[in-house]
Amino acid sequence: MARSNVLKPEALKPDAREALAGRGGKTAPMAVPVRKKRKRRVLERYSAIMLAGFILLLWQILVPLSGLSEFILPTPAAIVARIVEDFPLLAMHGYVTLFEVLAGFGLGVLIGVPLALAIFYSPPFQSAVYPLLVALQTVPKVALAPLLVLYLGYGWAPKITLAFLIALFPIVIGTVVGLQSLDRNLVDLTRSMGASEWQTFRKVRLPAALPNIFGGCKVAISLSVIGAVIGEYVAAERGLGYLQLQANAQFDTTLNFASVAAISALGVTLFFILSFIESKVVFRRDTAR
Amino acid sequence: MNVASRIAGARVSISGLVKTYQTRDDVDVLALDNIDLTIERGSFVAVVGPSGCGKSTLLSLVAGLVEASDGRIEIDDQHIVNRPHPKIGVVFQSDLLLYWRTVLDNILLPIEIKHLDVKRHIPKAEELLRQVGLKGFGNKYPSELSGGMRQRVAICRALIQEPGLLLMDEPFGALDALTREQMIMDLQEMWTRLGNTVLFITHGIDEAVFLADRVLVMSPRPGRIALDLTIDMPRPRRWSNAHENPGYQGYVRKIREIFEAQGVLVAH
Repeated sequence: MARSNVLKPEALKPDAREALAGRGGKTAPMAVPVRKKRKRRVLERYSAIMLAGFILLLWQILVPLSGLSEFILPTPAAIVARIVEDFPLLAMHGYVTLFEVLAGFGLGVLIGVPLALAIFYSPPFQSAVYPLLVALQTVPKVALAPLLVLYLGYGWAPKITLAFLIALFPIVIGTVVGLQSLDRNLVDLTRSMGASEWQTFRKVRLPAALPNIFGGCKVAISLSVIGAVIGEYVAAERGLGYLQLQANAQFDTTLNFASVAAISALGVTLFFILSFIESKVVFRRDTAR
Repeated sequence: MNVASRIAGARVSISGLVKTYQTRDDVDVLALDNIDLTIERGSFVAVVGPSGCGKSTLLSLVAGLVEASDGRIEIDDQHIVNRPHPKIGVVFQSDLLLYWRTVLDNILLPIEIKHLDVKRHIPKAEELLRQVGLKGFGNKYPSELSGGMRQRVAICRALIQEPGLLLMDEPFGALDALTREQMIMDLQEMWTRLGNTVLFITHGIDEAVFLADRVLVMSPRPGRIALDLTIDMPRPRRWSNAHENPGYQGYVRKIREIFEAQGVLVAH
């Protein structure tokens, strides 16, 4: 659980960005002997956990030595204990945030993918909508949160809307880029076989764009978490962001950290679930090598 | 299913074919100018020309991928208007295999698209693979194959529809010299066996003369047929000694002379 402190969604961004570009960045040096290679692979696999463990250990040791009070900086052990103790509370608020994230992200997919298809297939639509979409992206969505509360109230609606707005852009861009990067000759090929546009879409365009679509979705789901939590910061009666604010108001720094851990865990878990689905659905160019 | 059987060649007749392209700044570019051409059933016709002479445009027009500005194209008396004839197979310069499909599924793609019985065509696809020396490669993925092997799969994919007309657009242009040599010989062998009509676009004078019954030499833009050369050499031809054959040398020289006269090749 504590490990998730280190694996924040931000830390995953470069990987997600690479996924958005549709590339799998695996490199295997050729000239390394097998045993050394295996040893290195084990090291690589556990290096993140080991580094996280080291930092937590350092934290655990240094806090009592520095004489900082628990209100300023609790130890990792105290935070873990608090997570265990207050698990039902964290879970209850976690479910609310999870619902907001999934609803916002789901809307992002449901609206983003068809929007991307319209942008791809209709040049007039593209010239009308694409610049607006990019302009909209330059508006910090977080700055819209108070307005959304004003219009949509204190319930889950503004949080879902914020998560959706943040998720939309990477999904649309990923899908459009994926569709546009197709080799034009492939379309000639299927047409020469007598394929309809629908057949070309199903057999070639969509499967070829899937790595980019998933790349966009992976970026989007991490961002959706941020959207939902920001929404909760502004005005909420439930959710992990709300819980964190409550903890803050009561100087309960341990619960504050526990909430952060829960938010991170939520983001990381959703990201990996999406990665798992991707590995089942998308055939990567380099997996067969 | 008998796969080794011959394929009835299609007849192509082209008259007054013109193609103009519009560039981005609205300038009309004449790519093909008044092409008249009849390709007999079962003949192997190669088109050579410098890049940009419109030879690939000619192929796209015959394939029904591009609409002609003027003139007529008929395949087996069927007028082609921006819609591919069902009896064609196209091989492009790059193999265009779908990396997420196995070799077998790639070959069966045209069958799927034409809503034919895919299962019934599996033995045929496997037989085609055997014929191009890729027996047992059906379950591999394209990324596991070399460039030459991939192009062989692309040829199998074109052949599974038993195309009366096989259109090849610089099919060996992306291959290394040795692989290309082997592919040229294999193509001759395969075509002799199948007997379908082939329209073969290339910029390689040597492979055009070696493979074809007839070589059409195209002039640079606007593309016109500058020379229609019948290659009268017995088959099977052998690549290893074709270059020593005086007849072969004569044909190659003639084509080179045309290119030199047009400034495509400059003698020093």
